[in-house]
Amino acid sequence: MATDTAVDVVMPQMGVSVSEGTVTRWLKQEGEQIEADEPLLEISTDKVDTEVPSPASGTVTQILVQEGETVAVGTKLGQIGGAAAEAPAQEAEPEAPAEPEAAAEEAPAAEAPAAPAEPAPAPAAAPSSDNGKAFVSPVVARIASEHGVDPSQIAGTGKGGRVTKKDILAFVESGGQAAAAPATAPAPEAPAAPKPAAAPVAAGTPLPGETIEPVTAMRRGVAEHMRRSLDTSAHVTSAIEVDFSKVVAAREALKKEFQANYGVNPTYLVFAARATVLTLADYPYVNGELRGDSIITRNFVNLGIAVETQEGKGLIVPVIRNAETLNMLGIAKAIADLADRARNKKLVPDDVQGGTFTITNPGGYGTFHGTPVINQPQSAILGTYALVKRPWVVSDEQGNDAIAIRPMMNITLTYDHRLVDGAYAGRFLRDLRERLESWEGDGD
Amino acid sequence: MAELTYLQAISDGLRTEMRRDKRVFLIGEDVGVYGGAFKVSAGFQEEFGPWRVIDAPLAETAIVGGATGAAMMGLRPVAEMQFADFISCAWDHLVTIAAKQRWRAGTPVPIVVRLPSGGGFSGGPFHSQNPESSFAHIPGLKCVCPATPEDAKGLLISAIEDPNPVLYFEHKHLYRRIKAEVPEERYTTPLGKARTHREGSDISVITWGAMVYTAEEAAQQLDADGVSVEVIDLRTVMPWDKPAVLESARKTSKVLVLHEDTRTGGFGAEIAATIAEEAFEDLDAPVKRIAAPDTPVPFSPALEKAFIPQVEDVVAGLRELAEY
Repeated sequence: MATDTAVDVVMPQMGVSVSEGTVTRWLKQEGEQIEADEPLLEISTDKVDTEVPSPASGTVTQILVQEGETVAVGTKLGQIGGAAAEAPAQEAEPEAPAEPEAAAEEAPAAEAPAAPAEPAPAPAAAPSSDNGKAFVSPVVARIASEHGVDPSQIAGTGKGGRVTKKDILAFVESGGQAAAAPATAPAPEAPAAPKPAAAPVAAGTPLPGETIEPVTAMRRGVAEHMRRSLDTSAHVTSAIEVDFSKVVAAREALKKEFQANYGVNPTYLVFAARATVLTLADYPYVNGELRGDSIITRNFVNLGIAVETQEGKGLIVPVIRNAETLNMLGIAKAIADLADRARNKKLVPDDVQGGTFTITNPGGYGTFHGTPVINQPQSAILGTYALVKRPWVVSDEQGNDAIAIRPMMNITLTYDHRLVDGAYAGRFLRDLRERLESWEGDGD
Repeated sequence: MAELTYLQAISDGLRTEMRRDKRVFLIGEDVGVYGGAFKVSAGFQEEFGPWRVIDAPLAETAIVGGATGAAMMGLRPVAEMQFADFISCAWDHLVTIAAKQRWRAGTPVPIVVRLPSGGGFSGGPFHSQNPESSFAHIPGLKCVCPATPEDAKGLLISAIEDPNPVLYFEHKHLYRRIKAEVPEERYTTPLGKARTHREGSDISVITWGAMVYTAEEAAQQLDADGVSVEVIDLRTVMPWDKPAVLESARKTSKVLVLHEDTRTGGFGAEIAATIAEEAFEDLDAPVKRIAAPDTPVPFSPALEKAFIPQVEDVVAGLRELAEY
């Protein structure tokens, strides 16, 4: 049933802590027909890329936000049905971009002709964030103005995502960080993420031999997060060498069974993950968080696994919730599922939130050491590296030393020294090694 | 302290004042020999005699008119309407004479009109109404609506003491249902002072009369949802305790106004409007009203239940506010 009345298409909320999204592609153009729930456009946020289905059947009468533009959640992107509009086009056009300045910056290329840089398809100035946002009640408006807080930056728990008085008070009390997001998902978003509108400053004309590509939402998210993590935590890395002989033997035994019966591969990462989850139970700070003036510890592990996305365009950390409840098979299946969905862009926002500890595994390319960046607001990240056969000094029962060939893996723990001390981290790594070196069967 | 029913507390307050002050007398239909339709004045005529406990003819005009005249001459009459609904017959005397006499001629009219009001027992359209808002609208009249035995006594004594005409709405459904400790000595409960029946932090319910108990039951159910509900018992509708209501509204930012009277023009409208005017910047949700629909009170028990706000109606309203 086609609609005659105008139905707005708005930037959807893709997860509690996501405040904006980029239109990557319109799948229908103005004037084209579309069915309800048929994909209308693709968007990209710093967490996920996804398709937005049409909210109604009818004609696409307006496209207000062009491809490449980044706008706040709730912003009207276009319209289905109703009369094709004329006026909004003007609004969507950015006010004269900072053209003269950009030109001046680039001036040193003296021989450059007068024609200044065409300010490429400049991302539109982000529309005011209250556009289409949930209603702000009088008391929330008052508290916001008293504390100089922008309600649109707060996760709302009220009707339709409205920010309630409790939400804003919690936000203010927490120093404007924790928002009212569920405790398990301490929104890792920057309070003041650099506005995409600032990008054109660096653009301009490429020098000979250079090519320019726009920064994707994911790249921007990764960039911001990495910088902020280094600015936040006191990063220290400790490394340990682990003899994987028993794990290799156990894996040989399990591999056939797992693949035949369950279609999953018990990779070394699965063993490392299982051993890590077990060890974290004894080291709550490694699985903890420094939140304001408080130290948070947990009786659960939401284990993040860093995964490279398609075409190496970014890194994403899907989370295995309550990993402490999963055995080897459970972890193997969870990792396979998340990795698969991450590579195929099928993750949903909640898959990437609420992690308490992260494992990154760059060993696949042969690297034997690294110093990963902590995934905020967690307090540590484990790195697993290439498994290589090395000469290793071993002692027999009589205490005689001999050189043996052993499958060895280096494992690092990068931790936030504000919360985790070196000795504590050392004991964690020692226990982890102990667990892996004495591995038997499926470890349960 | 003795444990008294709401009805016994009214009798106790009336008896206390009649013993203390010879100017106080009771007039109404069947209040003497019969002891009152609800037996509030049972035994009064034996104690105080037929000149202070006067059986009046079936003429509310005569009862209120007579009481008004006696008050002007210096007495302290307490007039009983057998049912609050019948007060419409006395409207002219009450509204045109008693309410205005002080402004018009400087003569105080210290009468108390006792009004057995409210439904919940299939009394039908003539025996179940809560007409407090009609009189709260008349400058010069005060309206009292006690919910507890302690307040029933203390407010009745304050009403008798007050130099203005006071309408005392006693809720029939509370008469024998509600029982509590009541001080034996004489005391007064000030007019215009609300009472926090139950403290809470998330939503305020502003109510009075029998609805205090409906609100309390609903509030208990909301506890299970983790929502803390405050219940303010207004105690007197005119004058009403604006500061207490605004304070509670400012604290919780979400307000439900609840009354048994019909909705349109009910006193809840005045409260809701005042909150919107004076506490606008403290609100986190629209002020909500729950009241009876705009119809006469039905006889049928099933229909009456649908008419009078029930605990589940209030629970639903509170949940709506909690989720807003």
